[in-house]
Amino acid sequence: MKVLTDNFSTFWDGFLGTLELTAVSAVLALLLGVLMAGFRVSPVKPLRTVGTAWVTVLRNTPLTLLFFAVLLGLPRFGISLPFFTFAVIALGCYTSAFVCEVLRSGINTVPVGQGEAARSLGMTFGQTLNLVVLPQAFRSVVAPMGSVMIALAKNTAIAGSFSVVELLGTYRTLNELGYSILWTFVWIAVGYLVITLAISAVFNLMERRLAVSR
Amino acid sequence: MSSSALYDVPGPKAAARHLLYGILSTVALLAVVGWVVWKLFDTDQFTYQKWMPFEYQGVQELLLRGLGNTLKAFALTALLALPFGALFAAGRLSDHRVVRWFATLVVEFFRAMPLLVMIFFIFVAMQVQPFWALVAGLTLYNGSVLAEVFRAGVLAVPKGQREAAFALGLRKTQVMAYVLVPQANRAMLPSIISQLVVALKDTSLGFLITYEEFLHAGKLIATNLDYDLPFIPVVMVIAPVYIGMCLLLSWLARWVEQRGRRSPKVKGGAPIAKAGVSMGLPPEAQ
Repeated sequence: MKVLTDNFSTFWDGFLGTLELTAVSAVLALLLGVLMAGFRVSPVKPLRTVGTAWVTVLRNTPLTLLFFAVLLGLPRFGISLPFFTFAVIALGCYTSAFVCEVLRSGINTVPVGQGEAARSLGMTFGQTLNLVVLPQAFRSVVAPMGSVMIALAKNTAIAGSFSVVELLGTYRTLNELGYSILWTFVWIAVGYLVITLAISAVFNLMERRLAVSR
Repeated sequence: MSSSALYDVPGPKAAARHLLYGILSTVALLAVVGWVVWKLFDTDQFTYQKWMPFEYQGVQELLLRGLGNTLKAFALTALLALPFGALFAAGRLSDHRVVRWFATLVVEFFRAMPLLVMIFFIFVAMQVQPFWALVAGLTLYNGSVLAEVFRAGVLAVPKGQREAAFALGLRKTQVMAYVLVPQANRAMLPSIISQLVVALKDTSLGFLITYEEFLHAGKLIATNLDYDLPFIPVVMVIAPVYIGMCLLLSWLARWVEQRGRRSPKVKGGAPIAKAGVSMGLPPEAQ
């Protein structure tokens, strides 16, 4: 208990760092994921190829390797940004591949008749996708999207090992100060549980509110 | 894509438009690739000095040893996680409340914790060797996910099968071993292999606790001043190997899935195929 009360600000900074990293990466992952899902279902073949390549490569890359390439490799490539931004890029791109696949499976659940009806009203591909198919797809994939976001929150732990201020990283500071490692980890675990449980609660609520009745 | 809800088979006008979009996107893509290649040359990533280390036998052996260590951790994890998963899936399906609660608690806890936190805990707080800390963490996490996969598989077997087996006078254990598990295994095999891909990817976390695996070997080379810090060349050598290994396993999973779908036996039991589909999503994006 003493570890927490004595170092509340360290834990709090780490906790906020994890939250911030999760939130910003989630936004990037959603944007990129929607774009790639759009590519993957588009009638234009080169775009489909790009989407497929993006998903295949990123889903089969270890996240640690991606962090290594982005945080240590990109600066050698002549791109220098704050570590936090690099971590967002790595996490966002990695998660976007999973977001894309979840969305695509959601698009597949939309009945063909919906698209046919949209086309018979004279809608273009973009209109069909944006106004008819995607809104339904989003609502039918709330649950799997929740697990992707929980995985993202858990993956932020890797950023801590690459010197981004983050919850897991706090153990190093406290270890140096000579606090009990066991209790430090208990509080780190509690912090992560709070975040993952909160995400799962939000998505459960959304799932109940947004379910598509067919 | 013929059955897509999104567009019809294009007519001549639409086909021409799609061709135009295709050309435009190809040009944009080539521009990006060109910029990257130019940038690579511009930052001297292709100088002899940066690629020289890969010619030395010692460096090659270092990389091979790292790869061997990666595969060793992966193999041991698979060997331990499968029985762990089976055990805890059985625990969660048990008729005894205490066993069920205990198994549920264990599985849910290890699924909710970031894998790296567990590995660090075992490594730092319990003072375990890096190799065993990595394998233990991977086993606990992937074993817990596999337990859920097994459980979903057993629950997806049509209820009549269990009832018929009980009606024939089989015992609880016999129903499980002879009727439910063989069918569950068959339906869940693709998901199991997909989870093994996750385990293979996560062995790279060993890099963060100084286990001398493939990425660790790469970092040793990349941080060497004598070779002018060849970070990008190292990534270019290591990434394809990792991605290739995971792709091979992913393809195996898809091949098994298609093979299962083709079989007339599975076609008869629609619920099995359905369970396979719902678990076909990436279970965790870890």
